[in-house]
Amino acid sequence: MSAKKYTAGVKEYRQTYWTPDYVPTDSDILAVFKITPQPGVDREEAAGAVAAESSTGTWTTVWTDLLTDLDYYKGRCYKIEDVPGDDTCFYAFVAYPIDLFEESSVVNVFTSLVGNVFGFKAVRALRLEDVRFPLAYVKTCNGPPHGIQVERDKMNKYGRPLLGCTIKPKLGLSAKNYGRAVYEVLRGGLDFTKDDENVNSQPFMRWRDRFLFVAEAIDNAEAETGERKGHYLNVTAPSPEEMYERAEFAKELGMPIIMHDYLTGGFCANTGLARWCRKNGILLHIHRAMHAVIDRNPHHGIHFRVLAKALRLSGGDHLHTGTVVGKLEGDREATLGWIDLLRDRFIKEDRSRGIFFDQDWGSMPGVFPVASGGIHVWHMPALVAIFGDDSVLQFGGGTLGHPWGNAAGAAANRVALEACVKARNEGRDIEREAKQILTAAAADSPELKIAMETWKEIKFEFDTVDKLDTQNR
Amino acid sequence: MSEIQDYKSSIKFETFSYLPELTPDEIRKQVAYIVSKGWNPGIEHVEVERSFNYYWYMWKLPMFGEHDIDRVLSELEACHRAHPTHHVRLIGYDNYAQSQGLTFVVYRGQ
Repeated sequence: MSAKKYTAGVKEYRQTYWTPDYVPTDSDILAVFKITPQPGVDREEAAGAVAAESSTGTWTTVWTDLLTDLDYYKGRCYKIEDVPGDDTCFYAFVAYPIDLFEESSVVNVFTSLVGNVFGFKAVRALRLEDVRFPLAYVKTCNGPPHGIQVERDKMNKYGRPLLGCTIKPKLGLSAKNYGRAVYEVLRGGLDFTKDDENVNSQPFMRWRDRFLFVAEAIDNAEAETGERKGHYLNVTAPSPEEMYERAEFAKELGMPIIMHDYLTGGFCANTGLARWCRKNGILLHIHRAMHAVIDRNPHHGIHFRVLAKALRLSGGDHLHTGTVVGKLEGDREATLGWIDLLRDRFIKEDRSRGIFFDQDWGSMPGVFPVASGGIHVWHMPALVAIFGDDSVLQFGGGTLGHPWGNAAGAAANRVALEACVKARNEGRDIEREAKQILTAAAADSPELKIAMETWKEIKFEFDTVDKLDTQNR
Repeated sequence: MSEIQDYKSSIKFETFSYLPELTPDEIRKQVAYIVSKGWNPGIEHVEVERSFNYYWYMWKLPMFGEHDIDRVLSELEACHRAHPTHHVRLIGYDNYAQSQGLTFVVYRGQ
């Protein structure tokens, strides 16, 4: 081993952290950043700086650098690529040795990868586009408490997407009136209802009252329909102690599923709750409030596919992914990319869907993608075609806004769903034949007929803000 | 706007139970779908009042590797003849996903 001499001062980052000859190992954590450098900073220096600041480096040389094997621990930028159709920025691929991170800690990985480096002056903007988690790291994580296959068995639902509905108005209902809305939806034919994300434990409806009334609604709906039902009881709370108190009460009531907001609640709380759910046999629905703050700007922040991977590692059985067709943001190909990252065992690199790395999840369970927001019966054929069976389709206004009430709205959605699944299985092109399929189903369902008349003209056709980087745009 | 109608809930049995009973031709198409996916057809039946249970009675064993749609249909019919008042359901076992790719009630019990 050749000894190095200590020289104080500032070295160019590129000398240490830009290593184009490096070949990543199977156990490295790989990241690709989209870097928009400050004027006058060249690509290699900016990329080296990002690798340094997200791993071992600081702005100046320190004598203690020489007490460690920096060549083993440092993050390295090993590749730089153009961003198609955008000259203001470039992609930098960085490899991190697995020992830089605590096992099973999404918190620790993200504190490094998207920590101080995002405020770093040499870059004007910085975006984490994708991360490859090596199988060696994946195996240290708990992941989803149950996963798609176990949830299907517990809920006894096969061969179709699951159906849900968020109870509205979002805020202000009393616990008893809220339970009524839940009961009506479930008896009408949906599988799940959901607390809105900002329903926690406000003065108008404390959590304990809500849980009690909802429990009776579920029990009654199961007895009347002979099908298994659930309501995502939101246990997101001001502190972990209160979160677990709520989760324990849901368990005491025999409820099948609870819910958490993983970004506002935080990765630490989420990972703990996911482990609790595995231990106690309760499914975990995950909402993603705050994600658009982080993932919507194409030049800065964290891409949603990375947040989705983080959730799969941290743990959750459902995750909201956008609908493609509804009121919320989401490019079709990019959405297909991250829903596969949530569900599949192995996902191949595919730039046409924004996937930069092969990702092997090994035996980690899959997460149900949840399509929710601004969707109604007319969207059903497209949703079934886009999302396939392993998904939860959630109709809030599209159920509760039915002229005859929640139960009729739920029945309309269930009939539409089953008609689409049946037609798909028969080999029909359900997107092209959408109108015929729904119209035929409505002949036997007055609830569906009225729903189709009510929402005929509602579409959400705005262009997406965050698109895939491709030349032709 | 039409007049508001009352919604009366009733006992259902999961996938396709919100549609009218499937015709023989429609059933054949769903069997064909199960076979085309490489899933293993299996038949189960149960008294209507016990249908909420996970486990129904198995009719013989799942028909591993069966590609003959008519054979599956004739077994369904045989099960129905033997238990005319029971629900009879067809399952497509997906051994790779370790799950059921499709399950639906073919004969609705009384």
